[in-house]
Amino acid sequence: MADMTQPVLSVRGVGKTFPGVKALQGVDFDLAPGEIHALLGENGAGKSTLIKVITGVHPRDEGEVLLEGRVIAPEHPGEAQSLGISTVFQEVNLIPTLSVAENLMLERQVRRGGLIAWKQTAVQAREALKTLGLDIDVNRALGAYSVAVQQLVAIARAVSLDARVLILDEPTASLDSDEIQTLFRIMRELKAKGLGIIFVTHFLDQVYAVTDRITVLRNGRRVGTFVTAELDRVDLINQMLGRELAEVSAHRHRDGEQYRGLTHRIQVEGLGRKRMLNPVSLDLSGGEILGLAGLLGSGRTELSELIFGVHKADSGRVLLDGEPVSLRSPRHAIRAGVGLCPEDRKQDGIVAELSVRENIMLALQGRRGWLRPIPRGEQQALAEDMIAALGIATPDSEKPVGQLSGGNQQKVVLARWLVSKPVFLLLDEPTRGIDVGAHADIIQLIKTLCSEGLALLVASSELEEIVAFADRVAVMRDREKVSELSGDEITQNNIIEAIAQ
Amino acid sequence: MTSLHTQSGASAQRRIGLPRALMQRQWFAPLGALLLIIICMGLVSPGFLSIRVVDGHLYGSLIDVIHRGSSAALVAVGMAIVIGTRGIDLSVGSVIAISGAVMAVLISETDLPPWLIILAAVGSGVLCGLWNGVLVAYLEIQPIISTLILMVAGRGIAQMITGGQIVTFHGEFFEAIGSGYLLGIPWRVLIAAAVILLLWLTMRKTALGLFVEAVGGNARASRLAGIDSRGITLLAYVISGVCSAVAGIIIAADIRGADANNAGLWLELDAILAVVLGGAALMGGRFYLGATVIGVLIIQSLTTGILLSGLPSQYTLVVKAGVVLLVLLMQAPGFRRSMAAVLRRRQHED
Amino acid sequence: MKINERFYPILATVSVLALLYGYGIYEHRAFSDSYVLGNLLTDNAFLIITAVGMTFVILSGGIDLSVGSMIAFVGVLIAELVTGFGFHPLAAVAVALAIGTAFGAFMGLIVAKFDIQPFIVTLAGMFFLRGICFVINLDSVPIDHPFVSAVGDFKLPLPGRGWLSASALLMLATVMVGILIAHYTRFGRNVYAIGGDRHSAQLLGIPVEYTLIRVYALSGFFSALAGVVFAFYTASAYPLAATGVELDAIAAVVIGGTLLTGGMGFIAGTFFGGMIMGVIQILIAFDGSLNSWWTKIMIGALLFGFIVLQRVITRSFSGMRAEVQTA
Repeated sequence: MADMTQPVLSVRGVGKTFPGVKALQGVDFDLAPGEIHALLGENGAGKSTLIKVITGVHPRDEGEVLLEGRVIAPEHPGEAQSLGISTVFQEVNLIPTLSVAENLMLERQVRRGGLIAWKQTAVQAREALKTLGLDIDVNRALGAYSVAVQQLVAIARAVSLDARVLILDEPTASLDSDEIQTLFRIMRELKAKGLGIIFVTHFLDQVYAVTDRITVLRNGRRVGTFVTAELDRVDLINQMLGRELAEVSAHRHRDGEQYRGLTHRIQVEGLGRKRMLNPVSLDLSGGEILGLAGLLGSGRTELSELIFGVHKADSGRVLLDGEPVSLRSPRHAIRAGVGLCPEDRKQDGIVAELSVRENIMLALQGRRGWLRPIPRGEQQALAEDMIAALGIATPDSEKPVGQLSGGNQQKVVLARWLVSKPVFLLLDEPTRGIDVGAHADIIQLIKTLCSEGLALLVASSELEEIVAFADRVAVMRDREKVSELSGDEITQNNIIEAIAQ
Repeated sequence: MTSLHTQSGASAQRRIGLPRALMQRQWFAPLGALLLIIICMGLVSPGFLSIRVVDGHLYGSLIDVIHRGSSAALVAVGMAIVIGTRGIDLSVGSVIAISGAVMAVLISETDLPPWLIILAAVGSGVLCGLWNGVLVAYLEIQPIISTLILMVAGRGIAQMITGGQIVTFHGEFFEAIGSGYLLGIPWRVLIAAAVILLLWLTMRKTALGLFVEAVGGNARASRLAGIDSRGITLLAYVISGVCSAVAGIIIAADIRGADANNAGLWLELDAILAVVLGGAALMGGRFYLGATVIGVLIIQSLTTGILLSGLPSQYTLVVKAGVVLLVLLMQAPGFRRSMAAVLRRRQHED
Repeated sequence: MKINERFYPILATVSVLALLYGYGIYEHRAFSDSYVLGNLLTDNAFLIITAVGMTFVILSGGIDLSVGSMIAFVGVLIAELVTGFGFHPLAAVAVALAIGTAFGAFMGLIVAKFDIQPFIVTLAGMFFLRGICFVINLDSVPIDHPFVSAVGDFKLPLPGRGWLSASALLMLATVMVGILIAHYTRFGRNVYAIGGDRHSAQLLGIPVEYTLIRVYALSGFFSALAGVVFAFYTASAYPLAATGVELDAIAAVVIGGTLLTGGMGFIAGTFFGGMIMGVIQILIAFDGSLNSWWTKIMIGALLFGFIVLQRVITRSFSGMRAEVQTA
C-alpha cells in the first residue's frame, strides 16, 4: 500500500475558469509515491483540465500545486517535464513523421562537439524501450507503427525522463487486451520503483485491476477519494454519475398526450463496424423515446454516428418502415428523414461564424438543394418561431452562433433539425455542458417532440434524465449493447447494475 | 432574466438606429478607407478628382481606376469565394494567361464566331477550376499546394498554346471589348460588372452563398447537416477559374494579343489583398463580394494615386506591403491579445 | 528488412535525376562531359542556396515567399554600398547578410507570436523588399570591383573540360552546412518536430516560437546569401531580378521530396530537386525541337507527381491517427 505520509504531488484548492464555464473548483488531490491513482469522471468532469493545470498547459486561477512539498507553477509541459512530471496525453502526442529514436530523444539527443551523435542516441533510445520490453526498429518513422506501439513509445519517453510523477491520460483507449496487460506490468514495475502514477481511464475493469486509490471528479469538483479495494463497482458508478442508490426514482408515466397519428417504424439490424462497435439491433417507432445509457466510451456516440452515416458500417442495416435506408453519408441519411444532434457541438454542430438564422436553416436548405432557396421572409419566420419556441437567448436571429452560450448553441442545433422535420432524430448528449434552465427546457422539448410523433434515440450519461423520459433504455458497455430495459424496469439502479455487470 | 436583457438590448439598438446599422455593414470600413484615400489623393494632386467627357466618353483618374480595376475585380471576387471555403487560389494569373492564349489563337487561326471563341476561353477556365477543385476537394491536398501546381505549369501551358509567341489579333468584336464604350462606359467595366452582379445574384439569391460559408466555417458540421461540402468546394474553384478566364479575355482584348508570360502577373496577390481588405478572414467562413470590389478599388486608387503624385509606380509595393501587414495584424487574435495585455498593464501602472 | 518509408520520396527524386541525366547522356554525347555538370552547379547555385533555406521553412510547416525579392534586394544593396558608398564588397556582403537575417527573423517573429499564416506574412515581405529595391535604384547597374571580377574568374578544374566556379563551391558548402544543421543539431530536429505536429512539439517541451523565429531568420540568411551569389554571378544588380524564384525554390524543395505540410524531407533532396530543374532546362536547350515552355509544364507535372506521392504517404500516417480518434 502506498506511503501516505509525504505525497509526491499535492493539489490544493485548485480552480480554473474558462469563459462561461467553471472547469475546476476547489479541487484537492494527493498522489503518494509508489501509488497508482485513478482519476475518474464523465466527460466534462474536469479530468483533462486538472491534468492540464498540473502540467502547465493552462495556468491555474486559484490554489496551488506542490511537488514534493514545493510549490510549482510550470508554464508549459516542457517545464513540468524538467521538474519531474511526465505526461502521456490522450492522443499520442509524439511526432509521427520522426523516427522512434528521435521521438524518444527530442531535446535530449547525445551530442559530441555540438553535433548530434546518432549512434549513441539510438543506443539510448533502444535502452529506454527495452525497459518496457519493446524491441522494435528505432530508426523507422513512428507513424509506421500501430497506435499501441506509439502509445508505448510515448510512455517510454515519459518514463525515461527521470520522472517522479507519471500521468497517463486514457492510454488504453486504443490498446488490445495483451497490450493493456503489458502496460499494466510496466505500471506496476514503475510503481515498485517509487513513481507516483495518475491513471485516467473510463474502463472500470482496468481501474480495479491496477489502481490503489480512486479520485472521482464531477462537474469540476472532487466528489471524493477512495481506496480502490474498499469501493465496490456500483458505488463507484454512483459516485461518477452523482446518484445515490437510496434515491429511488420511478419510471415516468406519460404526462403528455400519447401520439396516435401515423407512425414510422425504425429497425436497426446488427449495425456495427470493426474496432468501433459490435453489431447492435434496435427497434423503435414514432412517438417513442429510446434511451441509450452507458459510460463514456461504451459505444453510445459510435452507434448514432453509424446510423447517421458519419462512418460507414461494415455490417448490418437500418430499415425505415421496412425499407432499407442508404447510410452512405449524412446527406443520404437526412434525405431518408434521419437527423443527428452531435455530442460535440463546436466541432460537429454549429458553424460559429454564421448567424442563428443561417445555422437553423442549414439542414433544411441542404435537403432542398442550393437552387431552391428558402425565401428570406420564411427563413426569418422559421428562425423566430424556433427562437421563441426553444427560448434561445439571442438579441436577434442575425447574431453569430459562436457568440451564444453553450446551451443556446445546443438549442440552435436542435432547432436546425426541428425545422427540417425528420422522422427519426438522434440526440447525443443533448444536455451536456448547459445550464440548469436550458436543461429543463431541452428535456421538455424532447417530450414534446415525442408526443408529436417523432421517433427519438437519446444517448445520455445523465441517468436521471434517461429515467425521466425514456420509454425503453438500451444499455451499452464496451462497445456493445448489453441489455434493454422497458416499462417499470427502467430505474437508475437497474441501469447502473447493467453497466456494472 | 435573460429575456429582459435581450429586450433592453434590442430597444437600445433601435434607438441608435441607422448609423449603428450602417457601421455594422461589411462594406462600411473599406468604403470609408477608399473615400479617405481618394480625398487624400485629391489633395495631393487635384487632377485626381476631375472627370471630363471627351467624345462622349468619360475620362479622368477615377474612371481610370475603375477601368484598370475591372479585371482585378473579376479575379478578386472569384478569389473571395474560394477564400470563403477556407481555400486559396494561386493559379488565377496562369488561368488568365491560358484563357487569353486560347482566345488569341482561336481568333487568329480560325474563323469561329466570336461567341464560340469566348465560350472556349471561358471553358478553359472551367477546366482549370475543375483541376484545382478536384485536387483540393477530392484528393484533399492543401489549397496553397494544389493551386501552386497550376500556377507553375499554367504559364507553360499558355506558352504552348501560343507557340511561345505573343499572338496578336484584329477583330472588331474583340477590340470593342478591350477598348470600346457603351453609353460612355467602357465595355470591360460593363462586362466585369455584369459577371460580378451575376455571381452576387447566384450566391445571395440562391442558397449557394450560405453553403460556401458553411463549408468554410466548419466543413465537418456542414457535412453533418447534409451539405455536399466536397461539391461546394469544387464549385468554388470552378467559379474562380471562370472569373479569371473572363479577366483573361478582357486583358487579351485590351492589348489585342496574348502575352503568356506577363498577362495577369502578380494579380493573385492583388486579388488576395483585395479580399482581405474587404474584411474577409483568410480562415474562411464569410465572404463579401461588394467589399472585395471596394478592396480592389482601394488598391487601384493607391496605384494610380502614387503614379500621379510623381513617385515611381514601384513605391506602391512598399505601400501595399504596409497595408497588408497592418490589416493582418489587426485581424490576428494573437496581436489583439498582446495589445490588450499591453493596455491592461498600462492601466495597472496608472 | 524493408527500406525505411521516410526515404521513398528522396529515392524517387534521385531516380528521376538519374533517369533524366541518363537520358541526356544517351541522347547527347556532350552531356557526359564534366562541363555540363560544372555549368549545372554554377547556374543553379543561387536557386539551390535559396531552396536550402526554404527547405527549413517548409519542414517547419511554413512557407517563405519573400526569397526572390530578397535576392534582388541584396543585389541592389551591394551595388549601392560598393559603387555609391565605396564599401569593400566583403563588407557590403556582411551588411547584406546581416540585414537579410534580421528581416527573416522579423517575419518569423510575426508568424510565431501573432499566429498569422506565414504565406501572407512573407507575401507582405515580398512586396516590401521588392519595393525597397525600387526605392534604392530603378535601373540595372553593374557591380564594378576588382574583387568581384576575381571571384567571378575563379575556377576549380574538374576532370574533363569542366570546372567548379566559386558559386558552385559556395553552393555545395551551403548544402553541407544545411545538412549538418538539419540532421545533426537539436534546432534542426526541433524544426522537423514542429512541422510534424506543432501541438505535440509544444507538449514535448520544444521551444516552438523561438525555433520558428530562427527558421525564418535562417531562410532570410540563405536567401541573402543566394542574393550575394547572384550578384557576383551576374556582376550586376537589377531590382526586377529573380522574380518567381520563390516558386522555383518551392518546386525544388517539393521535387526534392520534402513534405509540403512539413516534418519530413532532406536537405540533400532539395539539392537533387534543384539539379533536376536545372537538368530539365539543359535538356530542353539541347533538344532544339522542344520549346522553353516545356520546362514549366514538366516542372508542374513533377510537382504534381511528388505531391500525390506525398499525399499517399501522409494518408498512411494520418490513417492511423484517425483510428486513434475513432477508437
